[in-house]
Amino acid sequence: VAEENVAVTVFQNAQALATVQRRSGLRRAMQRKSVIAFLMTLPLILLVVIFVLYPALYSLHLATLNKSMERFVGFGNFEFLFRRETFWMVVKQSCIFAVTAVVFKALFGFVIAHFVHNIPSKGQRKWRGMLLVPWVIPPAMSCLAWLWLFDPSYSAFNWLLQKVAIGPVPWTGDAAWARCVIILVNIWIGAPFFMIMYLAALKSVPEQLYEAAAVDGASWWQRTWYVTLPMMRNIIAITVLFSLIVTFANFDIVRILTAGGPIDQTHIFATWAFRVGIESGDIPLGASVSLFMLPILTIAAIFILRDINRRGNEA
Amino acid sequence: MTAVSISSIPSDPRARHQRSRSSISRDRAWALRWSYFFLILFAIVFLTPPVYMLITSLKTSAEISAATNPWWVYAPTLDNYAALISSAQFLTFFRNSAVVSVLVVSITMLISVPAAFALSRMRFWGSASIATGVFLTYLVPETLLFLPLFKMFAVFHEYTGIELINRWWVLLFVYPTLTVPFCTWVMIGYFASIPRELDEAALIDGANYRQVVTRIFIPVALPGIIAAAIFAFTVSWAQFLYPLAFTTSADQLVLPVGIITSLIKGDVFNWGQIMTGALLGAAPPLVIYAFLMDYYIAGLTAGATKG
Repeated sequence: VAEENVAVTVFQNAQALATVQRRSGLRRAMQRKSVIAFLMTLPLILLVVIFVLYPALYSLHLATLNKSMERFVGFGNFEFLFRRETFWMVVKQSCIFAVTAVVFKALFGFVIAHFVHNIPSKGQRKWRGMLLVPWVIPPAMSCLAWLWLFDPSYSAFNWLLQKVAIGPVPWTGDAAWARCVIILVNIWIGAPFFMIMYLAALKSVPEQLYEAAAVDGASWWQRTWYVTLPMMRNIIAITVLFSLIVTFANFDIVRILTAGGPIDQTHIFATWAFRVGIESGDIPLGASVSLFMLPILTIAAIFILRDINRRGNEA
Repeated sequence: MTAVSISSIPSDPRARHQRSRSSISRDRAWALRWSYFFLILFAIVFLTPPVYMLITSLKTSAEISAATNPWWVYAPTLDNYAALISSAQFLTFFRNSAVVSVLVVSITMLISVPAAFALSRMRFWGSASIATGVFLTYLVPETLLFLPLFKMFAVFHEYTGIELINRWWVLLFVYPTLTVPFCTWVMIGYFASIPRELDEAALIDGANYRQVVTRIFIPVALPGIIAAAIFAFTVSWAQFLYPLAFTTSADQLVLPVGIITSLIKGDVFNWGQIMTGALLGAAPPLVIYAFLMDYYIAGLTAGATKG
């Protein structure tokens, strides 16, 4: 009997020990959890600090130096910029470019998303796949195709226009046309992205809302205005803000299509900063130019962040 | 006709119901027709540049400069493709692009999968602010950073003697700044949608975090990870500004910059080869897109809808 008791006690002790061990193992894991988690995020933090945060602050410092980067000139670079006509043209052109392009991208994206949403769902995949192609092709590659389509002497568009007796259009040779062309190409690249976002949003609008609206005798416009738009408001806002940032900071399109020409009239901030900073070798002045992108980026970022926090709280 | 039917049986609700239903279906039919009409129109506009690339790539230089219909190929030839594929320079560009993109995808995944796991699963001091910070980093455009980075590399060279400018591998350090924030952000969202019980059960059974991540979590989260990897690949493949600013010699260039600098000599544009090169350069993302469209679109929409 005693032996049996001992065996039971040993068994019980072993069991207790096991639970204690398991508990302490879990506790140790919990104690070390924050350390492990921090180590897992460390590469990300290092990357962001070294290659994003530091350069961003460094550009603030660079903007206060002279061309050879030996002397502190304070706001000298900015004063120099404010006196230059080209700078104000770049400011104007950047704003016109970004705002017009984003508005049309949002508009076309919205319209196309509706058309895709309208057709039977088994064909939607095919159309969606086809219509997203401009977004998938690397912009540098598609801009080359556009450059060739707008070629001064062999433009394929001019060949078509000639058939209906419209004279050769100087697509990239004339400043006004070149500005339109740049916006057009940007819309071509960006509208599919809006289309995809809106299509995803359209799918998430409950069908009952439309049925209820139809029962109440709402017209197509009323359904769009009172049901679709309010339901999609968030996604529209965030896509527009995203696109505003990306479009405002765009480089590839202008660089390849016009390289800023004719006579610097199509430059936007990014391409002019490249021209001044890399090609003319005045890094501080280039950095000052690119810093002018900050205000609008900050404003857009604040709005996006607010939206995300709000949704985070709702969830 | 409708007027007659309305006036003849105005009080029969069933008839009126039928009439309104048929008018709805007629409206639907018209809406459908218009939808197809505009979709075809937009598809033509959207597909014109890539199709024109293909058309031009099949032409000889003589035909390109002839005054014939530019939208038609009269004497199709694969000479442009043969010329590019046998050109050592073009193959170098392609190889550089492929090596850089594949390595950047690997680096991105090595950095963002653990980070996203830690930020979505293991709350620690400051984790919420880091997640927000990651998102803000994604909003910082490369056009703001290329000049300070350029200068940073020059200063680094002064101090250590290691040249970073005009080396293709320097892109391995700067591309992740474009891919990691977005990939981490998307994966935080995706990981948060996976039930917590899954990894808690494994932890209680005595697995450590490495095992939880590699054995349990990654297999379940694979769709999100694939979407992020596709995004990382397409971004690194398409990046134009950084290689344009940081690399100059022909053997260090990646495809987008290589095509523009080597095939455009002064004012001489070899359009047949440029379009062939552009088409071959657009091919990898297009192929990935064609085969993994759902993942591609999931990655695209996740950034804003899941956040």
